[in-house]
Amino acid sequence: MSVLEIKDLHVSVETDQGTKQILRGVDLTIKEGEIHAIMGPNGSGKSTLAYTIAGHPKYKVDSGSILLDGEEVTTMTVDQRARAGLFLAMQYPVEIPGVTVTNFLRTAKTAIDGEAPAIRTWIKDVRESMARLRMDKSFAERNVNEGFSGGEKKRNEILQLELLKPKFAILDETDSGLDVDALKIVSEGVNRAKENTGLGLLLITHYTRILRYITPDFVHVFVDGRIAEQGGPELADRLEDEGYDRFLTESNVG
Amino acid sequence: MPTEEQHGIKEHSDGRFGFVPVQTRSGRFKSFNVADFAPVTGREAVWKLSPVAKFTDLTAGELDGSVYPVESTPAADITVGWVDRDDSRIGTAGAPEERAAANAWSSFDQALAITVGGEEAKEITVTRAHLGSAPRGAHTIIEAKPFSQAVVILENIGDARLTENVEIILGESANLTVVTLQEWNAGAVHLANHFASIGRDARLKHIVVSLGGSIVRVNPSVRLAGPGSDTELLGLYFADAGQHLEQQVYVNHDAPNSRSRVTYKGALQGTGARTVWIGDVLIGRTAAGTDSYEQNRNLVLTEGTRADSIPNLEIETGDIKGAGHASATGRFDDEQLFYLQSRGITEDEARRLVVRGFLSEIVQQIGSKPLEDRLQAAIEAELRGTEEK
Ligand SMILES: Nc1ncnc2c1ncn2[C@@H]1O[C@H](COP(=O)(O)OP(=O)(O)OP(=O)(O)O)[C@@H](O)[C@H]1O
Ligand SMILES: [Mg+2]
Repeated sequence: MSVLEIKDLHVSVETDQGTKQILRGVDLTIKEGEIHAIMGPNGSGKSTLAYTIAGHPKYKVDSGSILLDGEEVTTMTVDQRARAGLFLAMQYPVEIPGVTVTNFLRTAKTAIDGEAPAIRTWIKDVRESMARLRMDKSFAERNVNEGFSGGEKKRNEILQLELLKPKFAILDETDSGLDVDALKIVSEGVNRAKENTGLGLLLITHYTRILRYITPDFVHVFVDGRIAEQGGPELADRLEDEGYDRFLTESNVG
Repeated sequence: MPTEEQHGIKEHSDGRFGFVPVQTRSGRFKSFNVADFAPVTGREAVWKLSPVAKFTDLTAGELDGSVYPVESTPAADITVGWVDRDDSRIGTAGAPEERAAANAWSSFDQALAITVGGEEAKEITVTRAHLGSAPRGAHTIIEAKPFSQAVVILENIGDARLTENVEIILGESANLTVVTLQEWNAGAVHLANHFASIGRDARLKHIVVSLGGSIVRVNPSVRLAGPGSDTELLGLYFADAGQHLEQQVYVNHDAPNSRSRVTYKGALQGTGARTVWIGDVLIGRTAAGTDSYEQNRNLVLTEGTRADSIPNLEIETGDIKGAGHASATGRFDDEQLFYLQSRGITEDEARRLVVRGFLSEIVQQIGSKPLEDRLQAAIEAELRGTEEK
């Protein structure tokens, strides 16, 4: 049974105004097959947590650790982490001019598996996943994310999630900017990936609407760089009703 | 946190309004005689971004204008041979605007003539591999007879200290692709001016690929002379440490309903890698209904490089379909690298993927599969070059 453990994680970033501390002691354990939702106000550090797990070079781990099945992740390169089984669906996926989706997917799959996928089944897998995500066939020959709408970019992230089969996936606001139909399609994709591979999920979101389609086992409230409270799915409903004021006041006082 | 705005290359582009011509390109001094040009100082508009001190032999010295060995692949309806200076085609496509070009013009004994006839599609490769390292002047004519079509590949390898003029003449409805490939040895210096004149309804695709050589300057100058004429000017360059690769492109819309597209893409890596792109487009009074767009994009892979990119658009008639330009020089984007790496792809491979993708837009348009494959391989070799350093 795989497990991703985040222990007392402190992270800062260099800005023009000097070093800025963002994460102030995050503790979180995700087991294979579990779904954890992280909710929190803008600027509380949710994306920073996601990027730090994936290894974005801008974020500096000052202390603490991230362990994947007991192995330290923070010393790994970005690509090593991905090959170890981590996946980040980004809040703002980047455009890669001149690199087609087909070429990109095959290159990534080959890198993750350490060998090229068998061509027939691979082409079939890609085609079926795209169809289920209601992505037109023409996307395969388009350049990665170039000229994609916000919703199309998010689908493309989930396509990769389905095909690359990570052990743990972090979805950073995959739901934002999606209309209700797209939200359903994307949620189904995530649920399918989980059924097929039993991956663990860290779902970062502002809204409870995605949680109607993807049911979390745990909900964490993220405030000011750390987890302020955790509970079950009922906590999400409470947050929707009450907002984050309660936590913000506490953190201001404290 | 990276935002959407921070991703990708910063760019600057204009629509058809609001540009200020830097100079009137059509008014530039021209002469076939080297003595009509003052010695080169490096302050001239045509020279100010070039390392002129490194090739005074070509602008001011005496040149060897004799014939040299040429190899060409067999192709039906294409002849390759030497013709005398009084050949009626010489001087019909353009005239030198600077001293190195005029020096070549004054010096050549005979011109190499590549003459394309027939109506079937065909391809020829003309190779120059033995120009030697003494200063040389040369002249080439490429003529596509009316209704002919062909791909002409000029392959340049080996040593060279060469200044030359290439005249490209397209008869009515001819369809010609000219690829000039600079894969010179490391020390080579090559200054070329290509003058093209395109007849009614004819189409020229002109592709400059500069990879090898110390100083390589290829300046295509195209006159859309017949109504409905069309040109696609493409360029691809990859400058390594210490290399100077330059191209000054000039498109002169001189007839109604003509169309031009200019797309040059370059990569720079290594200390002192230097590229220059100047793109002048003139839409003359005669050129109603013109449709024109030019762009240059540079991808900077390492510190210590310099890319100049200067588009100029001059419009003398209000009655045009469209005209625009874009120029962008961007650093290798760390966010692209992160994205690819986060999918398991190693840093080296991610770089290769991005550069290959960036340049392949040009490679894919060449229209000769064997040449496309060869260029992809050449780009791969350039990329491996960085990793070994
Ligand atoms: N690269 C960076 N440079 C400077 N400041 C940064 C950087 N990345 C994050 N920050 C700052 O750190 C704080 C946390 O940002 P982060 O993007 O992690 O928040 P978030 O919870 O994901 O917000 P949102 O809900 O708006 O997506 C913010 O104040 C942000 O401005
Ligand atoms: Mg965020």
